[in-house]
Amino acid sequence: MSLKQTARIISTYTGDTSGVCSALYELGGMTVMHDASGCNSTYNTHDEPRWYDMDSLVFISALSETEAILGDDEKLIEDTVRSARELNPAFIALAGTPIPMMTGVDFEAVARQIEEECGIPAFGFDTDGMHSYTAGASKALGAIARRFVREADNKDPALSVNLLGLTPLDFSVTGTERTMKKVFEGAGIPVRASWAMGSTLEDLAASAMAHVNVVVSSAGIGAAKVLRERFGIPYVVGTPCGKRFNERLVRAVRDSARDGECRVLPVSDPAARRLVIGEGVTAASLASALTLETGIPTRAACATDGFDGLSRMQVPQATDEDDLLPLMEGAEVVIADPLYRPIVPGSARFVPLPHEGFSGRIWRRDIPDLAADLTRFIDSNGLAR
Amino acid sequence: MIRRLGAEAPCQEIRIADASYPAPFTGGLEYSAPARGTWNIVHTGMLIPEAHEIFVCAQGCLRGVVLTAAEMGVPERFSTVAVRENNVTDGDLEDSLIEGVSDILEKLPQKPPAVLVYTSCIHHFMGADLDHIYKTLRERFPEIDFTDCYMNPIMRKSGLTPDQLMRRQLYSLLHGAPRRERTLLVAGGDFMTDDAGDLVTQLRQNGWEILEIQRTHTYDEYQTLAGAALCMTNQPGAIPGGRLLEDRFGMPHLHLPVSFDYDEIAANWKRLGEAAGIPVPDSASEIEKCEAALSRAKASIGDAPVEIDYTVTSRPLSLARMLLSHGFRVTKVYLDGISGEERDDFLALQKTCPDLLLSPTVDPVMRVRPRETEETTLAVGQKAAYFTGTDRFVNLVENGGFWGYHAVHGMAEMMREAWETPKDAKSLIQIKGWGCSSCL
Repeated sequence: MSLKQTARIISTYTGDTSGVCSALYELGGMTVMHDASGCNSTYNTHDEPRWYDMDSLVFISALSETEAILGDDEKLIEDTVRSARELNPAFIALAGTPIPMMTGVDFEAVARQIEEECGIPAFGFDTDGMHSYTAGASKALGAIARRFVREADNKDPALSVNLLGLTPLDFSVTGTERTMKKVFEGAGIPVRASWAMGSTLEDLAASAMAHVNVVVSSAGIGAAKVLRERFGIPYVVGTPCGKRFNERLVRAVRDSARDGECRVLPVSDPAARRLVIGEGVTAASLASALTLETGIPTRAACATDGFDGLSRMQVPQATDEDDLLPLMEGAEVVIADPLYRPIVPGSARFVPLPHEGFSGRIWRRDIPDLAADLTRFIDSNGLAR
Repeated sequence: MIRRLGAEAPCQEIRIADASYPAPFTGGLEYSAPARGTWNIVHTGMLIPEAHEIFVCAQGCLRGVVLTAAEMGVPERFSTVAVRENNVTDGDLEDSLIEGVSDILEKLPQKPPAVLVYTSCIHHFMGADLDHIYKTLRERFPEIDFTDCYMNPIMRKSGLTPDQLMRRQLYSLLHGAPRRERTLLVAGGDFMTDDAGDLVTQLRQNGWEILEIQRTHTYDEYQTLAGAALCMTNQPGAIPGGRLLEDRFGMPHLHLPVSFDYDEIAANWKRLGEAAGIPVPDSASEIEKCEAALSRAKASIGDAPVEIDYTVTSRPLSLARMLLSHGFRVTKVYLDGISGEERDDFLALQKTCPDLLLSPTVDPVMRVRPRETEETTLAVGQKAAYFTGTDRFVNLVENGGFWGYHAVHGMAEMMREAWETPKDAKSLIQIKGWGCSSCL
């Protein structure tokens, strides 16, 4: 991590608070960001492409200076309980922001009190807006896995999977979540639940019926570990991406179903002169897929909060401009969100790959569905040679 | 396809006769409707020509402002320093800010003449020594003007709001300039006053020049604003800026609110005319122009319901009152509080139109309420357009450069056009910063 933590010109990945909201968006709950103002409009303008057309109960607490100084959690509790009684959500999630972190709000305790008062399951997340969305989404899906997933009775012996870590922050709303399902269903492996796009809370609650979890982004790692711990379900880390990588992914799923071992599939080649920058799992998966499809080695850099599988993928973490610049030295091709372009060395060819979690809605219509058609991406960007 | 929750929940909507002033609704959790035309502190700060903005805050807070600048197409005028947990626990907020800002400035291809450094709630709560920060930066970069700006929404109920502070700080970089006689500085608004309106035409006809930050294109040109002979503001958020100009440069400050009431407009003109030593516009002919525009609008809109929201003007109740007195069927005004400037309008409407509905915009129930109306509705403002689901709406924010009689006939014309020419609300109202450049 750079000491100066500066960005002269590039954007920033969205924060962990938004990650909580995004992960839980479609599950029928009510998410409250404990914040003064700002987090709500940032989230629903830049981070949440579903905001206009799909209702979800995401609010802020409208924290004031006086409440923060006095440690007045009662207002948060009363306001949340009142709205919950009016709107009857399936669960309540509280997500922290910088000031509650500084004043030491005990979100778990506040959630317990809310649950006692209104009888609705409640979670508290100690997010603080100082980590990337992957951390918040991972915590949120992990909590769902711990609280709602039931033991599987009469588990069907036929192989099935769950997809973990699907949020628009990594996959936008271009239909990638449906394509990913088709990758496995096309191989005769049903997808029981997509965590958490296109599935209901009830679908997720039945996830223990699956035999393997596929972690398609680091947002899914929290749930994967909980489901491993609670039900012994192994997980495979890798994002569907291109024909050859998908074949390996399906094979890895079958292997994990057979031997019960977890697998981290993508591998970055540290010596490669082609570089993908982005979220760790998706960037590494794309790097692996490009290597397989083109025969040209490609490496990845994780610019978000990572997880303990990054080292196994040989993916370095670099969250600031100062950390990223050395990684780009010597690169012939840099594949990254268009907002990285200003810091890419002139000697490298830049290939734009818009990422909702970085540039928001600006290039949403240009976000490709790499699970469906990596070939087009390779051809249109001259990556085959 | 729109997916609605369809929950049945009571809304805080209330008849104006039953509403309290200045807070008609109970506070609580808050919802944010996807109408994004109002400006934020990034848009406003960019009004200073050639200035560079540096935001120093947590990653989650940086996100919204970074992408505001990116969508505006001005990322080269914008940089960030992330505050992380280690800065809070180590207590090195001052050093990390100074070193971060210095690092950015050293790397910029060309040093800007002015830098707006935005600190955040964290600096406020940790008691960061802002004086030391700015003193050090000024010593390190004597060729650059630094000013303090704030992204601390937690202070929105304590003293000046971030919006008021931003509008005031727009003028904090002025050094002082020779007095320019017969010049009026219209301060603190987002938009340039419309040249076609009575303010600009009347002053120009009498040999006065209108100065506005929006009319300056270089930092040097901006500096000439300090020489204005007179300053006026026209919305509550701009008042601290007007006071700063008066205190620092001896520029008499008049607060003359935007209004839709002929008497109030005339009174504003009287004060301005006396201060500037110029005649006021002929009220009879101005009112005739307003009445004609209102008649055309009424003939077109007829008895269709009209709903107004507070983002379109700083005087939504004054607008409602004027429209109701001219036979328009105003059924609802969306607002979350009532400003001091609207007190008389509120009290008058309680008596004359007791059934006029007031609706909150941030109440969580607004998330699940039906967003369509039985009758085709004219919405005045982006939030009203969203909540009514109409495609006939006035797409304007924060007075849009209207003032004086021009506000009345300009708004009437916009209402007529909006009624006669449907628009795609979804694509228009989600664009940030109405009137700014946008790459969307």
